[in-house]
Amino acid sequence: MIEISALTKRYGSLTVLDGIDFSVRRGEIAAVVGPSGAGKSTLARCINLLERPSSGSILVDGRDLTALSRSQLRVARREIGTVFQSAGLLARLTAAENVALPLRFFDIPHRERVRRVGELLERVGMRHRANHYPAQLSGGQQQRVGLARGLVLGPSVLLADEPTSGLDPGSTASILELLSELRTELEVAVVLITHEMDVVRTVADTVAQLDHGKIVERGAVAEVVSRSNSALSRALLPAPPAAAGAGAETWQVRYEGTRVDPRWLSAIGRELGADVALLSGLIETVGGQTAGRATLRIETAAPDGEISAAFRRHGLHATRRADEQPAASGLAGAPDPLAAPADLDGAPAADPDGSPAAEPALVRSAA
Amino acid sequence: MSALATSTAWSQVPSLLLPALGQTAAMVGIVMSIVVALGLPLGVLIFNTSPRGLAPHQGLHAVVSWIANLGRSLPFLVLMATVIPLTQLVVGTTIGIKAAIIPMSLAGIPFFARLVENAIREIPPARLDVGIASGASRLQTIRRIQLTEALPGIVAGLALNIIAMIEYSAIAGAIGAGGLGYLAVNYGYEQFDSHIMISCIVLLVVIVQVVQFTGDRLVRSLIH
Repeated sequence: MIEISALTKRYGSLTVLDGIDFSVRRGEIAAVVGPSGAGKSTLARCINLLERPSSGSILVDGRDLTALSRSQLRVARREIGTVFQSAGLLARLTAAENVALPLRFFDIPHRERVRRVGELLERVGMRHRANHYPAQLSGGQQQRVGLARGLVLGPSVLLADEPTSGLDPGSTASILELLSELRTELEVAVVLITHEMDVVRTVADTVAQLDHGKIVERGAVAEVVSRSNSALSRALLPAPPAAAGAGAETWQVRYEGTRVDPRWLSAIGRELGADVALLSGLIETVGGQTAGRATLRIETAAPDGEISAAFRRHGLHATRRADEQPAASGLAGAPDPLAAPADLDGAPAADPDGSPAAEPALVRSAA
Repeated sequence: MSALATSTAWSQVPSLLLPALGQTAAMVGIVMSIVVALGLPLGVLIFNTSPRGLAPHQGLHAVVSWIANLGRSLPFLVLMATVIPLTQLVVGTTIGIKAAIIPMSLAGIPFFARLVENAIREIPPARLDVGIASGASRLQTIRRIQLTEALPGIVAGLALNIIAMIEYSAIAGAIGAGGLGYLAVNYGYEQFDSHIMISCIVLLVVIVQVVQFTGDRLVRSLIH
């Protein structure tokens, strides 16, 4: 396993990583997400020790890599495999030679090298392309070879730096599936650096969001997704945009409980005696749990409290959300400045499709 | 002399041309071995002391970079005259093929070093990182990553360098270094021997074309 603590990296007066704490167990995939410039690539370069951290420690199986000398470090690197963005295969070496490269660095005998390379190429489904050069392989195939190369020394940690960037959806899915299988088979701790939330939802066990060199939010993916409207939660499972014009009867619903009866939509309609229209929705299995967000229109005279309570009984969390466009013009000048910070739970601070400032006020005036 | 301003009979041309061709080949061959032997490590050193290299070192980089620029900043004729004392010291003479080798090498080494440095710099950064990240030593990284990936660029540079050295060997003809340049100047120019002149020109054009063509073919076969 890998344990990173208080990892800090400065370039002169610029602090790129600021006290990162982070650990990944064997067989676990930990995703690190964040906008570009958040420090993701610096973190990656610190983990495989292409950059020396300014302070803090990186423990791999209990050994602090930051304390090692150059020659000790070279040997310790066997424990950390790297899968590079766009594979980073050497253009003048065949697939097999690329996979064999790390073995050459450690003077592994020819016979052993051939066996190991064959095994790994077989495992990633690239044995039939062993003698092809990278230019003759598709992006997905290149990344399979890259994965084999990252694992060839039998590392305990695999660093995957944007392994699916630039791949088509089909290749992305197959690479992620392979990654997921391999971490279980080889019991490797995977640090997955990515900016693609689909990748995190599909394959990661835990997620940490990096922003301005700090981890601002983290948790098990399944738990983060069902978390009260946090930025990371919304980014991981965004509510798809709903049809416009639903007016004040629009409600935002989020899966909260771990067991939600999939028949909740008709059940709630019955309980409230109202017509319930599904305007948009996204329901997925994330980390073995069902998670989802939906936008509904509920045509009822029932009070808000009653409606919320009905949802709560089904393990859902619901908030009334006025459709901003027509409502905003109808309530010009009405927003109460006090309302904005007070209404916390439901009102998204920066909903992807909402106007952040007006929204909380509208929720209130509509209520 | 002007009375002798008749050209060598065509049948006699080969007997003059072939030895000269041999001298040019010998000069360029010897010089190029020296150039590769010293220019390659110098190019690798320039790259690896740069901020992107394996052992960034501002001071050392500035020094080796300065040396490489110095060798390229003088016109060859001026360089040849400048280094006469050094030539005398090293080979014991200031005329002939042996004397030409010193200034030609001094011009060729920095030229080749820059070509090598450029070829390595063209490698995408991620590929350079692969070596270190998977536990290569510096020497292994240079050999198995930098030089392997840069090989097509280095070969292209080699062709360029050979052509430049053929040109310099002709200029070195002025200090009696022999070869095609010497022949062209002494017979063709001084004695108005148009047959020799034309033969030399044709031969030089053909040689340069062949070197470039071979270089290009080789580069293509190295790129996969």
